Amino acid sequence: MTLQRGASVVFDKVQKSYDGEVLVVKNLNLDIKKGEFLTMLGPSGSGKTTCLMMLAGFEPASHGEIYLNEKPINNVPPHKRGVGMVFQNYALFPHMTVAENLAFPLQVRKMSKSEQEEKVKRALEMVEMPQFGSRRPAQLSGGQQQRVAVARALVFDPDLILMDEPLGALDKQLREQMQYEIKHIHANLGVTVVYVTHDQTEALTMSDRVAVFNDGVIQQLSSPEELYEAPQNSFVAQFIGENNKLNGTVTAINGNICDVRLADGTMLKADRVNVGAVGDATTISLRPERIETVVNDAMENKITGHIEELIYLGDHIRVRMSVAGNPEFIVKVRNRAGEQKLARGQDIQISWFADDCKALDPVG
Amino acid sequence: MSDTSQAETVLTTQDGVPLKVSIARALRRQKIRALLLVAPLFLFILLSFVAPIADMLFRSVENDLVPSTLPKTVVALQVWDQHSGTLPPEEVFAALAADFKVATKEKTHTRVGSRLNYEKPGISSLFRKTGRRVGKFEDGNYTEQFLKADKKWGDVEVWQVIKRFSSPFTAGYFLAATDAERTEDGIQFKPDDERIYLFLFGRTMILSITITASCILLGYPIAFLLSSLPLRSSNMLMILVLLPFWTSLLVRTSAWKVLLQQQGVINDTLVWLGIVGDDSRLALINNQTGTIIAMTHILLPFMILPLFSVMKTISPTYMRAAKSMGASDWYSFWRVYFPQTIPGIGAGSILVFILSIGYYITPELVGGTSGIFISNRIAYHISYSLNWGLAAALGVILLAMVMVLYWMYDRIVGIDNVKLG
Repeated sequence: MTLQRGASVVFDKVQKSYDGEVLVVKNLNLDIKKGEFLTMLGPSGSGKTTCLMMLAGFEPASHGEIYLNEKPINNVPPHKRGVGMVFQNYALFPHMTVAENLAFPLQVRKMSKSEQEEKVKRALEMVEMPQFGSRRPAQLSGGQQQRVAVARALVFDPDLILMDEPLGALDKQLREQMQYEIKHIHANLGVTVVYVTHDQTEALTMSDRVAVFNDGVIQQLSSPEELYEAPQNSFVAQFIGENNKLNGTVTAINGNICDVRLADGTMLKADRVNVGAVGDATTISLRPERIETVVNDAMENKITGHIEELIYLGDHIRVRMSVAGNPEFIVKVRNRAGEQKLARGQDIQISWFADDCKALDPVG
Repeated sequence: MSDTSQAETVLTTQDGVPLKVSIARALRRQKIRALLLVAPLFLFILLSFVAPIADMLFRSVENDLVPSTLPKTVVALQVWDQHSGTLPPEEVFAALAADFKVATKEKTHTRVGSRLNYEKPGISSLFRKTGRRVGKFEDGNYTEQFLKADKKWGDVEVWQVIKRFSSPFTAGYFLAATDAERTEDGIQFKPDDERIYLFLFGRTMILSITITASCILLGYPIAFLLSSLPLRSSNMLMILVLLPFWTSLLVRTSAWKVLLQQQGVINDTLVWLGIVGDDSRLALINNQTGTIIAMTHILLPFMILPLFSVMKTISPTYMRAAKSMGASDWYSFWRVYFPQTIPGIGAGSILVFILSIGYYITPELVGGTSGIFISNRIAYHISYSLNWGLAAALGVILLAMVMVLYWMYDRIVGIDNVKLG
């Protein structure tokens, strides 16, 4: 017996194909620890929801084995897996009241009436909706339905909760609020949560670890911070946060730093993350907020850019410039006293640290 | 006080016209256009549907044959007490003679005779005979002349029948339609062996309920399959479901005749398989079984379509959610899926039941004598016995029954719970 609640999940060489021709999930190996909040993040069609459905038991794995608490579950039907699930559109039963919805998993487990009432009451209190038990789902707002759905997935004390884009239908403000609430519930109960989303902000806000999916493969599995700071390939760099791309060729490698010549001849120094040998093509990835618009001699990379457009966004100004032949180069300039006045059509000097730009695998 | 305060609250436009008047004026053109658009259909329905039905239903109480043919007699009979047991006074006979003289000229007296013959056999011949003699009647002493023409005029019952039918309205058809009759002791049901309509109404109801139930049992799985299959195969299956609609009703019913008869395909197959003996072939047609089988087949699409359209809207995630909470397949179905399909069952049942309760062709062809519906009786009275009043009364009762059932359904299930898509 472990003190920590929650279940461990292992995907071992799991493959999935619907038609026998295309692999939707290609050789997935994933180890989810007890009590962890793991997010599967990726664009639609990347295989993340399929992974969740395999874990829930609604889709059989074509190859490989999934383990829940060290036990293989490929042949366990969904209703015997004891996994709570929150669906994209909540899937609250429209013909039952909120309380009946919450009592459903308890009735299935043949709990006594008093125990059911007790648990339903506690679950409603947990999501701060104690007075809504007699309402129908249709009488609730989207956010309230969402809370009931979460409460229903938790009411029978499962060790593992799966969430399939549960906040997708909510407006931005409510979504942010719910992110924190789900995060708190997870912290309080210590259950394992596997969360699927295509919204990177959501993934970064909530997760202990994020698995970035693309094309049926996990591109990177790491903490939110690492994902943002140290993307391992161009896909992750592009998918998480905003990025400037500069294509070039590696001309020299010195330990962790490599020299890159851009198409127009500009030489840059970049953090060597995912490049092979000298002479290989590479894509340099650079966060817009890491670029200074003043000349800073401590920074290895200095370059001149032509301001194409200024967008005022309150806390910062987005500057779109042409840099080394890339007209979509974005720089974020903080809006504070003492910053130089920028104007459209101006040529300015920009600079950044070699560590802040990552030399990654080349993309078109 | 209140007037002035109300006047102040009326919103007006810049020109001082009340706002509501102004809005109504602005919308008038639209309203007129909408009315003009529906007017042709409205008139068509009124003339071809509402008016004939209303006229037909009115026949169930209409009784102007006696008052229009024998107007003077009807007036004269008002003073006569039909329970007195005596013949009407001389004035009535005088009026009857006058009426008869007109009626024989227009040859309408036989119509009255045959109508009254339904009530009291013998009146038809009495009227015919009297009609031949009445031309030679002399003025005065009519009672004696009538009795001489036919002594049945001395029968008080004949006069009672005429008096009873003197009113322009009658409940007689309705009494007949409910197997009741008016006797000297008031309204009474006919003897058991003469009752036919109540029994037929009952059978129509029971068979319609059976047909509806079998449509639910057969249609539900098909609709479920249709709604869960991928689009391409479900379209194919849908065409198969709709195929009967594109085949003539008569062809389908006749096909059942071929299949169901004692030397038919089904019996032959069963005998060949050894399930039934050659000497004990099943009677599947010309009885209630035949009606139930053929009508279930014909009405099945009306059950499948509303069920399908309701099931189509039920997201499969409900079942998944139920299973994720630990419910077995059957439990999830029964607690989560089935309750959501009830509106479809309701809509399908209403359609099938109301269609079947008035069905006519199929029971006529495959129902034999034990499988016919009340509508077959109505058709018989319309086209063969020409007793339109009785047919109309039966129709009114049938209509009222459907209305009552509809009302009950609304009270129990709620008509808002019916979804056709």
